Amino acid sequence: MGETLVYNPRAVFDERAQAESFEGLAMPLFDSVFNFARWLTQNREEAEDLVQETYVKALRGFGSFQPGTNFRAWIFRILRNTFLTSRTGLKATMTVPLEEEQEATLPGPPDTPETLLLASADQEMVREALEGLPVIFREVLLLGDVEEMSYQEIAEAVGIPMGTVMSRLARARRALREAVQKKQQKG
Amino acid sequence: MACETWRAKIAAYIDGELPAEEMRAFAAHLPSCPACAAESLGTVQWKRATQSAGKRYAPSAEFRRRIEERIGARKKPAASWSWLPALALAAALLVVVLLGVNRWRENGRAQVFAELTDLHTATLASATPVDVISTDRHTVKPWFEGKIPFTFNVPELAGTPFTLVGGRIAYLGQSSGAELLFQFRLHRISVFIFQDRPELTGRLPAAESLSKQKSFTVDTWSEGGLRYFVIGDIGAGDLGQLSALLRAAR
Repeated sequence: MGETLVYNPRAVFDERAQAESFEGLAMPLFDSVFNFARWLTQNREEAEDLVQETYVKALRGFGSFQPGTNFRAWIFRILRNTFLTSRTGLKATMTVPLEEEQEATLPGPPDTPETLLLASADQEMVREALEGLPVIFREVLLLGDVEEMSYQEIAEAVGIPMGTVMSRLARARRALREAVQKKQQKG
Repeated sequence: MACETWRAKIAAYIDGELPAEEMRAFAAHLPSCPACAAESLGTVQWKRATQSAGKRYAPSAEFRRRIEERIGARKKPAASWSWLPALALAAALLVVVLLGVNRWRENGRAQVFAELTDLHTATLASATPVDVISTDRHTVKPWFEGKIPFTFNVPELAGTPFTLVGGRIAYLGQSSGAELLFQFRLHRISVFIFQDRPELTGRLPAAESLSKQKSFTVDTWSEGGLRYFVIGDIGAGDLGQLSALLRAAR
């Protein structure tokens, strides 16, 4: 069956409209996406490469994006998957111990009154501690606490069930506190 | 519900992830339970601290442009008669837009100034107005290194009526910049420095301009790709003196 190619101005228009609607959804997230990429890669140039690859991939795959679903979770997921298959990403995940999340640990009572601890922890310490956390913890803190994503969005972005989001977030928060505490005791 | 059960839900409560019913029940439980209240407060504070430590990196204006070019509606279709009605419509719209643009410029400018005035006021009202406390410009400048996507010069203030109080990171239109706090007699003056992005400052005059906003004097100019704002409750003459020092800073 032969298909005839007909010049169709409408199709050109659709393509442009699609690019515009992609731009309208993607560019407002640009700063957040870059910040996330920079935290994952720990390097400006690599972050720029990662963001660029993410945007190009997302534009290419925009046809498969379901309008009305969460675009932010979608593009963060693309970024994260791209990062994990990159050299830096592979290296970062190799150094992470395998997860023992089935036990779904919940935060126990804190051994230091938290408010007291934080008062003396300056932002620099929190930043350093966050930098030192394993990627799987760093990313949920960035998505949950920094981007203030809902558990549902985090689940979509990271590709894990909601229950795992809660337990991983709890473990990540505890790990961050412990890391800051350790820094305080040292200096 | 027992307190232990509630404590397991503190994180979900702070994250706003409990069902509405439980959110209400938890809020009712809090005032009567110091342990849960203290831990909730701690959780909120940690979340805030993580957020302010984590919102740290901003893309450069150049990189943003590169991506916009890359993903923008790239293929310009060849001119075709089918576009004629659209062109006519566009011409008509252009007239309307041009009429509106002046008003919008004024609004945009007032909006940026109002936002900066709010930032300045918030700084003055804060218990910790600056994150790096130092009168030494050689301490303050390096503090910003790596925290904002540009560098700038802090003026030498010896022999002037101004003293440096310190600095902090400021945010405007989702981009990070520097806020320097200066003291002039009993007044405090904020100097904001941001990258000169068109979407942020395109509506502002390129040259120096002094104006009054809600009894604050505001001075702004653009230089070397950076946009400066000086805001304080002092006269235009005194404020202009600080602007001159900043412009001369090497």
